[in-house]
Amino acid sequence: MSNIPTELRYAKSHEWIRLEDDGTAYVGISEHAQDAMGDLVYVELPEVGDVFAASDETGVVESVKAASDIYAPVSGEIVAINEALADNPELVNQDCYGDGWLYRIKVTDKFELDELLSADEYSAEIDEEDED
Amino acid sequence: MPYIPHTPDDVQSMLSAIGVASIEDLFDEIPAHLKVAALDKLPDGLSEMEVTARMAARAKQDEGAVCFIGAGAYEHHIPAAVWEIATRGEYYTAYTPYQAEASQGTLQTIYEYQSMIAHLTAMDVSNASVYDGASGLAEAVLMALRANRKSKSYRVLMPTAVHPLYRRAAHDIVSNQGVSIEEVTFCQQRGITAVEALDAYAGEDYAALVIAQPNFFGSLEDVDALTDWAHSNNMLVIAVVNPTSLALLKPPGEWGEKGADIVVGEGQPLGVPLSSGGPYFGFMCCKQQHVRQMPGRIIGRTVDLDGKTGFALTLQAREQHIRRSKATSNICTNQGLAVTAATIYMSLLGADGLESVAGHCHANTNLLADKLCAIAGVKRRFSAVTFHEVVIELPKDASEVLAALAAKNILGGYSLAAGYGMSNAMLVCATEVRTVEEIEQYAAALAEVLA
Amino acid sequence: MKSEAQLIFEVSQAGRRAYSQAPKPVAAEQLGKLPSALRRATKPLLPEVSELQVVRHYTNLSNKNFAIDKQFYPLGSCTMKYNPRGANRAAMLPGFLKRHPLAPASHSQGYLACLFDLQEFLKEVTGMKGVSLTPMAGAQGEFAGVAMIRAYHEARNDHERTEILVPEAAHGTNPATAVMCGYKVREVPVNADGDVDLEALKAACGPQTAGLMMTNPSTCGVFERQIEAIAKAVHQAGGLLYYDGANLNAILGKVRPGDMGFDVIHMNLHKTFATPHGGGGPGSGPVGVSERLKPFMPTPIVAKEGDNYRWLTDADLPQTIGQLSTFMGNAGVLLRAYYYAISLGREGMLRVGEYSSLAANYLLHRLQEVGYTAAYPQRRASHEFILTLAKEAKNFDVSAMDVAKRLLDYNMHAPTTYFPLLVPECLLIEPTETETKETLDEFVDAMAKILAEAKENPELVKGAPYSQPVRRLDDVRAARELNLVWRPAS
Repeated sequence: MSNIPTELRYAKSHEWIRLEDDGTAYVGISEHAQDAMGDLVYVELPEVGDVFAASDETGVVESVKAASDIYAPVSGEIVAINEALADNPELVNQDCYGDGWLYRIKVTDKFELDELLSADEYSAEIDEEDED
Repeated sequence: MPYIPHTPDDVQSMLSAIGVASIEDLFDEIPAHLKVAALDKLPDGLSEMEVTARMAARAKQDEGAVCFIGAGAYEHHIPAAVWEIATRGEYYTAYTPYQAEASQGTLQTIYEYQSMIAHLTAMDVSNASVYDGASGLAEAVLMALRANRKSKSYRVLMPTAVHPLYRRAAHDIVSNQGVSIEEVTFCQQRGITAVEALDAYAGEDYAALVIAQPNFFGSLEDVDALTDWAHSNNMLVIAVVNPTSLALLKPPGEWGEKGADIVVGEGQPLGVPLSSGGPYFGFMCCKQQHVRQMPGRIIGRTVDLDGKTGFALTLQAREQHIRRSKATSNICTNQGLAVTAATIYMSLLGADGLESVAGHCHANTNLLADKLCAIAGVKRRFSAVTFHEVVIELPKDASEVLAALAAKNILGGYSLAAGYGMSNAMLVCATEVRTVEEIEQYAAALAEVLA
Repeated sequence: MKSEAQLIFEVSQAGRRAYSQAPKPVAAEQLGKLPSALRRATKPLLPEVSELQVVRHYTNLSNKNFAIDKQFYPLGSCTMKYNPRGANRAAMLPGFLKRHPLAPASHSQGYLACLFDLQEFLKEVTGMKGVSLTPMAGAQGEFAGVAMIRAYHEARNDHERTEILVPEAAHGTNPATAVMCGYKVREVPVNADGDVDLEALKAACGPQTAGLMMTNPSTCGVFERQIEAIAKAVHQAGGLLYYDGANLNAILGKVRPGDMGFDVIHMNLHKTFATPHGGGGPGSGPVGVSERLKPFMPTPIVAKEGDNYRWLTDADLPQTIGQLSTFMGNAGVLLRAYYYAISLGREGMLRVGEYSSLAANYLLHRLQEVGYTAAYPQRRASHEFILTLAKEAKNFDVSAMDVAKRLLDYNMHAPTTYFPLLVPECLLIEPTETETKETLDEFVDAMAKILAEAKENPELVKGAPYSQPVRRLDDVRAARELNLVWRPAS
């Protein structure tokens, strides 16, 4: 059973997002995603200052067997990236909801978070996927 | 049937096991009207003896001329050991090293190749090769567009002193993606790309500047000034170089303040015969920070379960078989066999040997130019120093002169009419294999033709 | 032979080299004209070894390889048939080997004659109206094909065609090529029988469709039974049909792509025409076209006028998509393919599809007998077929990769693994027509043994191979700690 923290919101493309008090949000990929990828060898992150709309491609996570795009769960401007991943991409595998965060985005419109999936909804999504 | 070992008994046995009466039954899923009755226009099959005789007769037709053509393919001495080893069945008939444990021979050879090319060009990393120099240039242009994040323009600057066939292939390949290549003309008197000519483009958005060294005319560009100019204008530098020349000339990794960003070139001079144009190989190197944007296969060193050194394909996630429509390129093959030969060649020659070869090419071409220019009406066209090719201007049409020389079994050079509209000019080259006698015979023949 | 790998650099000694291999250095004055600012300051780090060391080093390395000359190589989609030695000798005849690519036609008649004959031969076996030999590999052939489709639509002033359709099971080069040609890719699903979903295809066709890229037999190893309906659907929408010739070996002599309605095809000479794989290349990917695409073929092409051969260039083909290489493609590979083609001739060509399919169907049958699961058991194999190890993975935790690695211990190369992506834990197996029945039976025996091992001793299979110069390699480390170039310890 995949770990899916209930306080987070999720995109169908397997990103999670955690809104902070200051209007920024941390973004990462879910445990299901990091498990499917296998050991990460590289993470390509956006640059601080980049502006994205929801669903834009913001980067790539690369393992030995795949390279998957990371999409913006919401619109906003990148205010910080997780520099530790440059030398230690395995942090995403080890602690995808904590130290393995990818970037921090200043959220343009909080209501976009409502359009994302809750933990239960995301759980149902990945169960369906596994059945295919 | 050539190469098919099955006896009628074998066939019968297999058909019984499958449970069909005839081989034809195996094709029962194919609509009958699509099945071809016979391939009437094809000739009957021939034995090895007959095929070899036919091809030998044809090969003989094309033999015998002395070659003074360079223009992207160079006749060098290839040590006997190179192809004796490269055509061993274990190299020749091996497959792509996807199963690394079964391919350590090929993998280590290519890792050594990558190392040698990186050192020769003074760059951080190399890939396992692309098809040839020209398609390599196309890939380099596409790579520069990906790697240069500051540039949004989708265009690059290309001096016309770069090989016309390279410019042509690069254009024909990249234009499909809406990339535009803008040309910068060379200084008519010197035969190189003047930094002053680039000033018109200063401050404009171009992803990269291509610098060829030596350029198509054999002339030596001011690579430091050109490199620094490009970098100060936020352009990446794509170097197109000749590997033999790198034994003597400053390598692209050391050009200007920061060095070239991407390096490509034709690897044929390193142990691959002229062979009518291919297969050759394109080498490709870059700075460490751009390695993930580099197309093609790459071999990396690692360890196995017991901690022993081993080699494997790496960074495959960027390639077409995994990344598919988002791959760095659609390229699948590398030129494995040619690369194997080049690695053996570079090992046999070493730095000193390669320097010697380069020195003789430079000296022989100078000798050739001196002898030809001693003939009335014949002169060097450009004033810049040249490496191992030079443009000679004739008092009449170069194509006619070359045809007359060919009739004497001398392939005198390459006319600049098609590429540059310079119908009286030809590009000549004398490598280390050309003797003084052959050079003197050429000069004598040219004098006759022009008389 | 299990000793630690040693690089050629590691056996170098300062000052050593193969003295007979380069002329004596020229006098320093002879280099006087080269400006010092452009001279190399430090020598490149190349090996310093004797000739014997080089020969020994690379000969020993070669012994670490599997090769068709040594082992059975049932790699699906790769067509690992015997590489005739006569082809190598013929291609390396001095007249061909020493000929400069820019030599005038007067000194190239023998070579041009071989190429012209090959062009004609390929037209006949594929049923196409024009052939260009220039693309240097399958992927370049694909590029040429899609670029020609693009040129065709642009010549008609139809700028709405923005999409290329690709079956989801397609080889990765297909979508990558479409993107390289400036198109968007739209995937079409494949149904449970391995055929393209015709209804989904029809729905995807429209005025935005530039073309469809397909392989037949498909990457699922089965013949696309509805090919004519597919061709009709795409053509009616105004798109063109591209044939990926990777699997041509299955139908050589039986069906012609031109007759199936394809507008452009590429061939892989290093597969179908037995040219050597060389450890990863070179290949050659000529393209064949229908009448309407002839004006766009990549140059140069060989023409025959009376008894004389010449190159056709831009002047003859003003609408050409242009040149893809410096010269005219992988000449040496073309000569080897020519050798193979005329060795086989008509009867030989007619037998290739027959015997490769016979061998594949035989293996498919026998492997199922010993307990393996076919992905499409109700279909005939083409020249290849797919087994799925999903059951073994679930029951014994033994994957397709594990079986592949264990085969190496039985001195056979693994089949293709994990392609096509849509069949889980798959092995794509292609024996080719040049293997004896005894070899095929040995393969079945080895596979049967491995299946038994998977049940009784899965850890043994999961730790394989044991007999090779190295055990399984750490791919993750190779990608994370990139070590692509040897450098001396500082």
